[in-house]
This record gives sequence, C-alpha cells and structure tokens, in this order.
Amino acid sequence: MSDTTGRTIFLDGEEVPFERDETIFQVAERHRKEIPTLCYDDRLDAFGGCRLCVVELEGARNPVASCTTKAEPGMRVTTKSGSLEMHRRVLLEMVVSENREVDVDELSGYASQELKTLVDRYDARTGRFSGKTSGTSRPDDPNPFILRDYENCISCYRCVRVCAEQEGDYAITVMNRGFDTQITTEFGGLLKDSSCTFCGQCVQTCPTGALGDLKALRFAEVEKEVEKTRSICPYCGVGCAVDIMTKGDQVVGIQPAMDGPANEGALCVKGQFAFDFVHHPDRLKTPFVRDDHGQLVPATWDEALDKAAAGLLEAVNEHGRHSLYAVASGRAPNEAGYTLQKLVRAGLGTSYIDNCSRA
Amino acid sequence: MSNPLKDMEKPDVIFCIGTNMTECHPVAATRLKRAIANGAKMIVADPRVIGLVEHADMHLRLRVGSDAALLLGMAHVIAREGLVDEGFIHERTTEAEAFLDHVKEFTPEWASTICEVPPELIEEAALLYARADRGAIYYTLGITEHICGVDNVQSLCNLALMTGNVGREGTGINPMRGQNNIQGAGDVGAIPNNYPGFQPVTDPANQAKFREAWGREIDLEKGITKVRALELAGDKIRAMIIDGENTVVTDPDREHCEHALRSLDFLVVCDLFMTETAEFADVVFPASGFAETEGTQTNTERRVQRLRRAVPPPGEAKPDWWIISQIAKRMGFKGFDYTHAKDVFNELCSVSTTYAGLDWDRIEYGEYQWPVPEEGHPGTPRLHEDGFINGRGIFKLIRYRDPAETIDDDYPVWLTTGRRLESYHSRTQTGRSSGIDYLLAEEVLEAHPDDVTAWGVEDGGFVEMASRRGSVTIKVKATERSPRGTVFSSFSFNDVPVNVLTGAGYDPVTDTAELKVCPVRIQPAPTRGSEAAD
Repeated sequence: MSDTTGRTIFLDGEEVPFERDETIFQVAERHRKEIPTLCYDDRLDAFGGCRLCVVELEGARNPVASCTTKAEPGMRVTTKSGSLEMHRRVLLEMVVSENREVDVDELSGYASQELKTLVDRYDARTGRFSGKTSGTSRPDDPNPFILRDYENCISCYRCVRVCAEQEGDYAITVMNRGFDTQITTEFGGLLKDSSCTFCGQCVQTCPTGALGDLKALRFAEVEKEVEKTRSICPYCGVGCAVDIMTKGDQVVGIQPAMDGPANEGALCVKGQFAFDFVHHPDRLKTPFVRDDHGQLVPATWDEALDKAAAGLLEAVNEHGRHSLYAVASGRAPNEAGYTLQKLVRAGLGTSYIDNCSRA
Repeated sequence: MSNPLKDMEKPDVIFCIGTNMTECHPVAATRLKRAIANGAKMIVADPRVIGLVEHADMHLRLRVGSDAALLLGMAHVIAREGLVDEGFIHERTTEAEAFLDHVKEFTPEWASTICEVPPELIEEAALLYARADRGAIYYTLGITEHICGVDNVQSLCNLALMTGNVGREGTGINPMRGQNNIQGAGDVGAIPNNYPGFQPVTDPANQAKFREAWGREIDLEKGITKVRALELAGDKIRAMIIDGENTVVTDPDREHCEHALRSLDFLVVCDLFMTETAEFADVVFPASGFAETEGTQTNTERRVQRLRRAVPPPGEAKPDWWIISQIAKRMGFKGFDYTHAKDVFNELCSVSTTYAGLDWDRIEYGEYQWPVPEEGHPGTPRLHEDGFINGRGIFKLIRYRDPAETIDDDYPVWLTTGRRLESYHSRTQTGRSSGIDYLLAEEVLEAHPDDVTAWGVEDGGFVEMASRRGSVTIKVKATERSPRGTVFSSFSFNDVPVNVLTGAGYDPVTDTAELKVCPVRIQPAPTRGSEAAD
C-alpha cells in the first residue's frame, strides 16, 4: 500500500486512511461496506450512471455518487441510512419496471446476476412503476455467440465501455436518450458487420443478462448445478485464466477469470467460445493399432502399449539408440514434455527430441 | 518475453514487427491499445495492413523477408544522430564500437532499396524509438520464420541494447509465444540442446548431474532438430513418437513431411483426434486435453500456471504423461513410476534451475514467473534488470541476406502465411467448435485488387497458386490489406493445404522454416464448385 499519511476520511463514523486518487467507493469497498452498484466494473472508468452508489457527504446538499467522488481529507461519509436505502430501492423499482424480466439464467454471463441480486436484497419487485419499457431486442442478429436481448437492458453502458476501454474495439455505442436508449453498432447492423471481435467481454460485464452467452445458454434447461473449475485457456501463449463451467460431466461454457494474472478478466473469441472440441464425437476414446491389413483399428491399452514399446525397441535394437526420435507438443502440459524428454534421455541416453517451435 | 504482460501498458513508444497481435494474441494486444489510449506511440512494421495498423502512428510496409535491412537502417540513424545510450552500452554491453562502425554503411537509402520503406519513414521510426524513455519491442513469427530468423532477432536486440531499452518497466525485447505451452516445451527440456531449465547438454557438469538424477550417461552431443530428423526419416531415424502435433499440416513442405512419416519403420502418435498425422501411425493413443487434464503450463511471460480437471476425458483417454510413462516402462526404462501430474512437476522442479524454487503447491495461484532459483524467491517478472545472465549484452554484426527463394519471372508473387483470429492452427479444435464457422467458414487468399484484376480473376473467384514445391486452389479476396505483389493466406484449412507450397529454406542456426516467404505463381483456376458438380 502506498503512503496514506495525512489522508483519512470518516466512513460511517470510523476514521480510515485512503490512497491518492481513490474514490469514496473504493475506500468503502475495501472496508466491506457493500454499497450497491449496477454500472460499476472495477476495470472500467467510473461512470456514475446508475446512482445506486450514492452516499451522504457531510456539508453536501444532496447525496453524491461514491464511484465518481474522490476521497478528500476529513470527509465525513455515510454509506447506509434510511433515506439512502429508500432512494436505492426506488431506483431499483424503476429499473425493474423498464425490463421484461429480472430473473435470467446464471449461464448468461459472469455479472448476469447483479441486478437480480440487488432487486432481491432491496425487495424491489413492487410493480409500482410498471408501464413503459425500454430497449429493443435484436433477435434478427444470427450470430451464434452473443444474445442481444435489449429489452433487459438498463443503459448502464458497461458493454459499450468495456468494448472501448478494455478492448479498444469501439464496436458498439449508445443511440437515443431516455426510454428510447439503444445499444447499437454503427448503422444499427449485425455484430458480424461491425468491428466486434466476439471476445465476449460485453456479455461478461452485463449485469442483467441483456447480453447473454448463447453457447452456454444452450444448457440452461439442464437441471444441474453450475460448477466452476479454474484452468488456463488452451490456445495461444498469453495464458489467460478461465473458469470452466460444468453441469455434471458436461462443459457448458467458459468465463474469464477476473483475477487471472495474465488476462485480468479478458478473453478472445477462441478462449471464450471455441470449447466444443472437448466433447466432440471425433475425440479418440481408445487406443488404435495398425492391423495386418494396414488399417488402424481400436485396441486395448495393454495391446497398444505393448505394440508401441515393441515397435520402438525394435528400431533401437536394430538401428541403435539414435534411431528413435521424439516430438513433444507445444499444446500439451509441461508434464508431457518432461516425461517425453526423459524417455529419450534417461532411457536411451540421447537428446533426440524437439518440439513444434520451429514450424 | 523479457518483460511481463502488464508492462505492455507502460511503454511510451511501442515497436511491433512481424506480429499480427490483434489476431494471434488478442488479449495481449488489448494492453497495447490501453498504452496507446494513455498516449503511447506505436510503430508497426508489417507488409500487410494488419489490425494493429489501425492503432499505429507509423506503418512501415516492408517487403516480406527484408526485416534485417530495415533494422540496419534504423540502427544507422540512431548511431548517426547520437541517440545511443552511452552509459548503458558502457556498463552493460560489449562489441559496441565494432557495431557502431558496422552500421555506418547501412544508410536508410540503402535499406529502402531492399525493404521498400521510404528512407524518411525509416529515419522517423528510428528517431521515435530511440528518443523514447521506455521503448518496447514486440515480435512474433514474422521475425523468426525466415532463413535469417536469428539475424532478425539479433538485429532487434542491437536496437534495444544501443538505446538501453532493456531491464526496465515498459521496455524490453518481447517475443509473443504462439502456443499455450510452447514456452513450457522448451523449459522442460523437450529440445535437442538443453536439459530442463535450459541447462546445456554439452556441459559435462550437467551430464554428471543428470547421470546422478536419472542413472544413465547421456550424450554430450546435442540431439538433432525435428527438421533434420524428418530429413533422416527412413535412413538414420527409424521410429518416432509424436505427441500432440499435427506435423503434416503445420510443417512446411507437406509432401516432404508425408514422405518422411511414411518412411519410418514405426510411428507412435498421441493426440485428441485422429489427425492427418495420426493417420500415418502404427499406434495411436487417445490423450486427455483441456478441461480434463491436471497439470501445468507456462505462458509467454514465463508464468507457470495450473491446469485443472473439470470433466472426465472421453472413453479411455489418458494424460500424455501417463501414456509416455507407460511406454517408457514397457521399454524397460526406470524412473517412470508417477501416479499424478504433481509427481512429474515436482521432479521437473527438482532438476530444473529455472523452476528450482517452485513446486506443485506453490503455483496454485500462478503468481510465479521464472527464473525462480530457490524456495522463497519471488520469481522474476522482468529479466535483465540488474545485468545479463551471461555477463554483457553482445552486439552482433548482421548483414542482410535474401530469402531462400526470391521472386522471378516464373514465380513473381510473394506469398506470406500466418494465422487468423477465429481459427487456431490446423483447426483440430476451433474447427470442431460450433459457431466459429459463422465467423470464418473458409480460407481465402488476400490479394491487392489491382493484382486480382491483372490475373484476370473476379473478387471471390478461384486461382491456382503454385510454388516450386506444389500447388493449391484457393478463393481470392481482393483487399488493400495486401500490398501489390504480396498475397496472404493462413494454413488452417486442410482443403487449402498451403504448406505444400512453403519450405524453401531454414535458418542455419535454429532450423526454423521460412514460412513467411514463398515466391508463387498465380493463375485463374476453374472453381472447385464446378469440379465438384462434375
């Protein structure tokens, strides 16, 4: 932590230090204040749009958005009071009134349960404001990855901001105002015809499921708990950390690990969406050996291992230990490459091994 | 990479050469875009208008295979303008005097005659990079997949050394590694010259160390590279084990490669699928893969991370390490009694110098970047901060060399090959994932509209593209992303096996194939559609 000398605020009566350029929200979050937010994603510039994070500031006429207000020495901040909680509840009631539905499947995306969680916490399904709704969904977009169900959009602009600030792609923007607000591509076209790369970041930051992971949602009807397993993307060398989502023995989707050291929540189209190969029917399920007719036919492990060992040994016995060559994979884990180089080195005393880095 | 990924947000001048990062390492590219949003300048050197160019301040549209000339011209300008970091070269480098003398003859005007970048742009780029407080170089296979790949890398090192852009935040010489664990494959010793941890096999002390560890004397001579092994297949090399590589599709000169595999007495392949390569095998083993295998992999910034099992593998598929250990045991070799990936990884750490301070439990959260020389060491996100491992940074005197084949009347067009965002290598995985076809359904040859017209073909029509080794039929896409006289294709689609064309030459030091340069001849072809209708 950097130097906080002389920098303290009073947070619900408790004097706490803060760092240079910290917002009230950041200080409060560190002290586990659980201030509600909808437009906040800690990877993005604070936006101050949803007004849920407002706090009372002594000396200020109105509550201020804690996400956009920098902490200053001596500030006295109240994060929770009767009137703040009522203000937050009314805002949530209005948000609920605009959307077609609040309950969306958790497979929709990483942040998809944020609205539902807050609505339940504030018991905001009162229906007091029901009537006019906003956002027009785009069922005409045939892309197989990103659901564009803007009837559940609350105009937090997290999708637009993540596309611009995190990805630098600027594929989507905001059109119109008020109830007519619409997230759109240039000229209102399909995502495929925009600068969208289908990295899925908009899906993962959407707090309502208006943007949803269509590939994961294929499994929404499967009545099993979603489990997450932390691993690393199988494609390029960046090494993005992912959470593999499973229902039983089925991989149903991938979510980026927000705390992944290499990617910090980012992914690309391959890591995000190209995982079906795992359960593809073409996967090899048994060993194969070449039979007397020259065909590769299924075999037991014992047969195949014996045949492999015998075939390799025959070459070594007839042509010497330098007649066996091993090619390791740049795709398989370290343990694969290690055992393979040990086989030629410890087994045959050669270094007749390479990997796919030269081509 | 000499520097960590997070440093990519810190340079004030970024020099990307031979890296199509927005397509091949998209998540890393987002960090460069953020650096640019914060005011960094970017120079992109690439023959094509790649995605990075949209974000660049300068695009040096060099001819394929002319990188060394461009970099010599830049070094000349930096030396001439007195922008050399004298303190750095005095304290940290050697051969500087000879190098600064050497580059005197390589003016931007000379470089321009070879690389086709206007001299004033070479000047401007050199000045921009040399005047940076934090200048960072990023490169990928566009630098290495040439017969002069080593020369190209050393030319980049020369630039970084002469300007002192090494060992500090936001600087460095940063190769972006291509495959998820290509870094790890070298780390663990799956290379002909080094034991695990890059300990040379030619050092008798290492030989003694591993004799002690594994109970067998291992040759003091280096092994041979895969390229040489394939050349010797059926002659000196009689049997092979290939783990998780679709050699036939991804290696150059497919004809030669298929012939090599057919010439073997015995071939064992481990893979997830019955790949084009597995079809040549005598025994094929089903390997477990992503989401199924416990293990570790090491990324481009040398970060060692855990892979975890989320689902059981299909049928009887097994982890690669288990398969290889079983083969080893049945060949009568000792030391393969592992019961879990953890045992293998911990043994690797015990014999490696770079992983010496790691073990299975310590890498739970992936916070270590090697070298981690001993337990308690925090890891080394940034290399060369206090000095170079081998003492001093050595300037190398590089001269430009032509590619193995250059264009002529018979083969007048430069083909360069690469990758696309949506597909990965030979598509064994992305090609089997739903939805990817919506974004990228087929391979196309990107060519300049004027060239397409000159060949007498319509945009979207088919051409026959031939090199000295073979020919393919491919659909043309007219685009100004390609310069005149240079065409581009990926090698991902098996129905357009571009690697029947490539493979004219190899770097003499690394045996890396010249996949980025291949003169071809292009003429209209009957569409494959009408052939199919027949």
